[in-house]
Amino acid sequence: MSWIDIGHIDDIPLRGARVLKTPAGCVAVFRTAENEAFAASDRCPHKGGPLSEGIVHGQSVTCPLHNWVFDLNTGAAQGADEGQIATYPLRLEAGRILIDGASVGQRSAA
Amino acid sequence: MAQNPNPRQLMQSLPWQRSEKMTKKLIIIGAGMAAGRMLEHLYDAGKDWDVTLFNGEPRGTYNRIMLSPVLSGDKTYAEIETHDADWYAENGVTCRFGEHVVAVDRAAQTVTADNGDVLGYDKLVFATGSNPFIIPLPGHDLEGVIAYRDLEDTERMMSLTEGQKAVVIGGGLLGLEAAAGMAARGVDVTVVHIMGHLMERQLDEAAGYLLRKALVDKGITVKCAANSKEITGENGHVKALMLDDGTELPCDLLVMAVGIRPSTQLGKDTGLAVGRGIHVDDQMLTSDENILAIGECVEHDGAVFGLVAPLFDQAKVAAATLDGTAAQFVQKEISTKLKVTGCDLFSAGDFEGGEGTEDIIFRDPARGVYKRLVIRDDKIIGVVMYGDTADGSWFFGLMKDGTDIAEMRDTLIFGPAYQGGSAVDPLSAVAALPDDAEICGCNGVCKGTIVEAIQGGAQDLPSLKASTKASASCGTCTGLVEQLLEVTLGDEYAAPEAQTVCGCTDLSHEDLRLLIKSKELKSQPAVWQELGWNTPNGCHTCRPAVNFYLLADWPVEYQDDPQSRFVNERKHANIQKDGTFSVVPRMWGGITNATELRAIADAADKYNVPTVKVTGGQRIDLLGVKGEDLPYIWNDLNKAGMVSGHAYSKGLRTVKTCVGSDHCRFGTQDSTGLGIKLERALWGSWTPHKVKLAVSGCPRNCAEATCKDVGVICVDSGYQVSVGGAAGMDLKETEHLAAVATEEEALELSIAFIQLYREHAKYLDRAYKWVAKVGLDWVKERVVDDLENRRALVERFELSQSIYRKDPWAEEAENAAKYAPIADLTLEAAE
Ligand code: SRM
Ligand SMILES: Cc1cc2nc3c(=O)[nH]c(=O)nc-3n(C[C@H](O)[C@H](O)[C@H](O)COP(=O)(O)OP(=O)(O)OC[C@H]3O[C@@H](n4cnc5c(N)ncnc54)[C@H](O)[C@@H]3O)c2cc1C
Ligand code: SF4
Ligand code: FES
Repeated sequence: MSWIDIGHIDDIPLRGARVLKTPAGCVAVFRTAENEAFAASDRCPHKGGPLSEGIVHGQSVTCPLHNWVFDLNTGAAQGADEGQIATYPLRLEAGRILIDGASVGQRSAA
Repeated sequence: MAQNPNPRQLMQSLPWQRSEKMTKKLIIIGAGMAAGRMLEHLYDAGKDWDVTLFNGEPRGTYNRIMLSPVLSGDKTYAEIETHDADWYAENGVTCRFGEHVVAVDRAAQTVTADNGDVLGYDKLVFATGSNPFIIPLPGHDLEGVIAYRDLEDTERMMSLTEGQKAVVIGGGLLGLEAAAGMAARGVDVTVVHIMGHLMERQLDEAAGYLLRKALVDKGITVKCAANSKEITGENGHVKALMLDDGTELPCDLLVMAVGIRPSTQLGKDTGLAVGRGIHVDDQMLTSDENILAIGECVEHDGAVFGLVAPLFDQAKVAAATLDGTAAQFVQKEISTKLKVTGCDLFSAGDFEGGEGTEDIIFRDPARGVYKRLVIRDDKIIGVVMYGDTADGSWFFGLMKDGTDIAEMRDTLIFGPAYQGGSAVDPLSAVAALPDDAEICGCNGVCKGTIVEAIQGGAQDLPSLKASTKASASCGTCTGLVEQLLEVTLGDEYAAPEAQTVCGCTDLSHEDLRLLIKSKELKSQPAVWQELGWNTPNGCHTCRPAVNFYLLADWPVEYQDDPQSRFVNERKHANIQKDGTFSVVPRMWGGITNATELRAIADAADKYNVPTVKVTGGQRIDLLGVKGEDLPYIWNDLNKAGMVSGHAYSKGLRTVKTCVGSDHCRFGTQDSTGLGIKLERALWGSWTPHKVKLAVSGCPRNCAEATCKDVGVICVDSGYQVSVGGAAGMDLKETEHLAAVATEEEALELSIAFIQLYREHAKYLDRAYKWVAKVGLDWVKERVVDDLENRRALVERFELSQSIYRKDPWAEEAENAAKYAPIADLTLEAAE
């Protein structure tokens, strides 16, 4: 895998998210209350809501438009809703967030 | 040519003359639950009656059994009214509410009203209900000694304020509902019961004990085996109840709930056969063939009645009798439930036991669950359940049908889910019920009828209530009805949200607010930990509520958490369906000027704003701004002196004004000026739901002040402040709070009202919903009558505003970086 440094975990608010622009489209990078980081598609499969604007709770995020809830580990919609968002491999090293470039359409590593 | 008809003949052939001759006159005495139901059946059958309906109470039929939820604040009177003015008008009923019938002349077939009117009838129905029994203790006629029967009694109890004292005599169904309802309002309640355990007519000792424990946990003092001796007073008002062992129980209100007596005096005076109640036969006819009687005032085959299920059956039979169709009233077994939150009990049949009977008992002390079945000859003859009553209707069905239980004896007590080896699932239990299992005891609706209605299109609770009456009376079967919806509709059914805040906790909003205050919880982790949340940090439903409660209760100690807010409040703009945002700068009181308009125009150009719209709130909306541009457009607007309009917040939105005395020939005061002062005082504050105000310069009300959360109408003598209006999903006119002479008072009053709302309302309850729950009088006592409290409220609001009266746009403009992507890999790729 080709790991690309996209920033520091402190650049993202606790229980919040930031957007990462990639050749494969916008990716939401989440930070949980426990300082875990997750990367997933920023587009809700329901009606395209920006998941990076949602409320982050536990290891889940709630879409800001109509409250679908996604598990950030699997990308699967929770409860009665059916849907799936892409998730992307991500690593934390000494506070730096590294994402797998290949998975988001990046051809050569930086 | 025929000769001209003479005018008399013409008159006689006019249609209304004809119909008057054919339509029979029906007079009903009493518009209680029995009469209301009878009228429905009568009109369903389509017969034409000229009905006159008398009622001693100054209103039509309402769901009397739901007075307890009104008392506890879970429902409003409007929600329990079953027949409103429109209904009576549509069906052509002549209503004489607030009027008593004082005499009946059977020979002349007339009744006399208390104002002396004499009206003729073809058929007469007694539906006079019953009177609460008042023990003739010394002092029983003091002011402040009441029964529990009607809306007036309920309102009297609701007028008690936190910390006041009430004594309830009677530990039966009514007494306990009264006690729990008042306790829910913070009243200090003592129940005095003459027997050894509570509800002894419905419960055995073990269940009575569990019930008592649950009530004591709610803060209610319970005295069993206690004999009342005397009520003492002061200046004509009740002061205390004395027991015969010398105990003195001080109280501001004394409620006697010791039983009812059929209201038969008028029946006796009329010369009808009367025993304990007015005698009726199986057709509900009294000893006079033109007079029927239904409801709690009757005696049928030696029995009198005190629960609605049999009354509804009687109502149906009476309607049929009036119609000339055959029908027969048959007495049935009835079951009892108590409508007190957290005290689930169910009782039916004979539980005294005795010779030839056996008991099957299940206890789970840790969960406070107790179930007992009384069996004779392999049939259930009695059921008592406490704590977990889900299987009550199933047992009751087996009991009524006399089902032989020998085969399932070993697993019987575990309920239907365990019969036939199926899995333990409440839904499978409901699915297993036979079609004739009774689900709604009050209205005698069985499973088959409900399922049929669901399949016929009634796919949610309200429409099922409307079409089958299931769960439309006391509401305790609501859970079962919902399960039937779920079983029948499968995934198509979206269950309504439970009363708890969300799935993360079993607490209601009300309890959550109380606990945050009483346990002095000042951070989110404290709430999760101390109150036993079952998720690490809540969810999108509870976290915004908890964040609001914490910042409203501890403005100084707690720091607002943007990550616990919906995107709009975090981004200080309204998210659009395409992910862009709308930006609304504040225009104080609707006043703007050329500089501001120019800045808005420049911003619209600079940020390619696709739509510029004048809002319904007297300001301008820039729609379609990109998220990352937000800090920059705010910065530009800030430079022209404009701040956030909070068009996105559960907080102060706008204060609409009209031009007022500055320009208008009718204006009495400076409505624009007061509007601006209000907006300057209130802006930036967070509230349970959005708050909108308006100030009109005269009663022509051009600012539409009477549909706002707070509305001020200027008059010559000052300012009329009214509250609790809305014009969104519900249309509600404001209610008058107070008239004041000066602008300062109008400001203070509005602020105090909003602070009271901030301190007490449930998150996402608009002000009108909250006022409906607590009652306008409760609000008035705190913000109008009690000047000291009004000032304290204003002070607490000001303390909070010292932190929140700030422009979030100005603060966020410094955090512009946060609004941009964390990184842009598309650029790197291009490099
Ligand atoms: C912009 C505006 C419509 C307009 O073009 O005029 C508007 C726009 C929205 N309203 Fe409104 N309301 C607007 C005036 C009103 C009014 C009229 C008024 O205030 O005089 C009402 C009825 C009065 C009232 O509130 O009682 C109104 C009753 C609602 C409701 C129903 C509230 C209720 O309690 O029943 C909602 C839904 C909600 O809040 O839950 C709502 C919700 C919304 C939302 C925020 C929906 C949403 O969550 O995205 C809309 C945002 C649009 C956007 O993207 O900007 N809007 N909305 C108005 C902004 C006024 C302002 O300057 O702040
Ligand atoms: C607080 C409370 C809770 C209850 N909870 C339950 C429950 O959970 N389950 C249950 O099954 N039952 C419950 N009940 C009992 C139930 O409400 C009654 O059985 C039912 O309302 C009786 O109906 P009715 O029509 O016979 O009499 P009512 O509803 O009492 O109506 C009689 C009406 O007649 C009027 N009237 C009397 N005399 C005259 C006259 N001379 N002229 C004109 N009008 C007259 C009275 O003003 C009254 O409005 C409860 C009762 C109360 C008070
Ligand atoms: S009325 Fe409905 S569509 Fe129109 S702005 Fe208000 S919420 Fe949006
Ligand atoms: S767009 Fe995400 S829930 Fe509708």
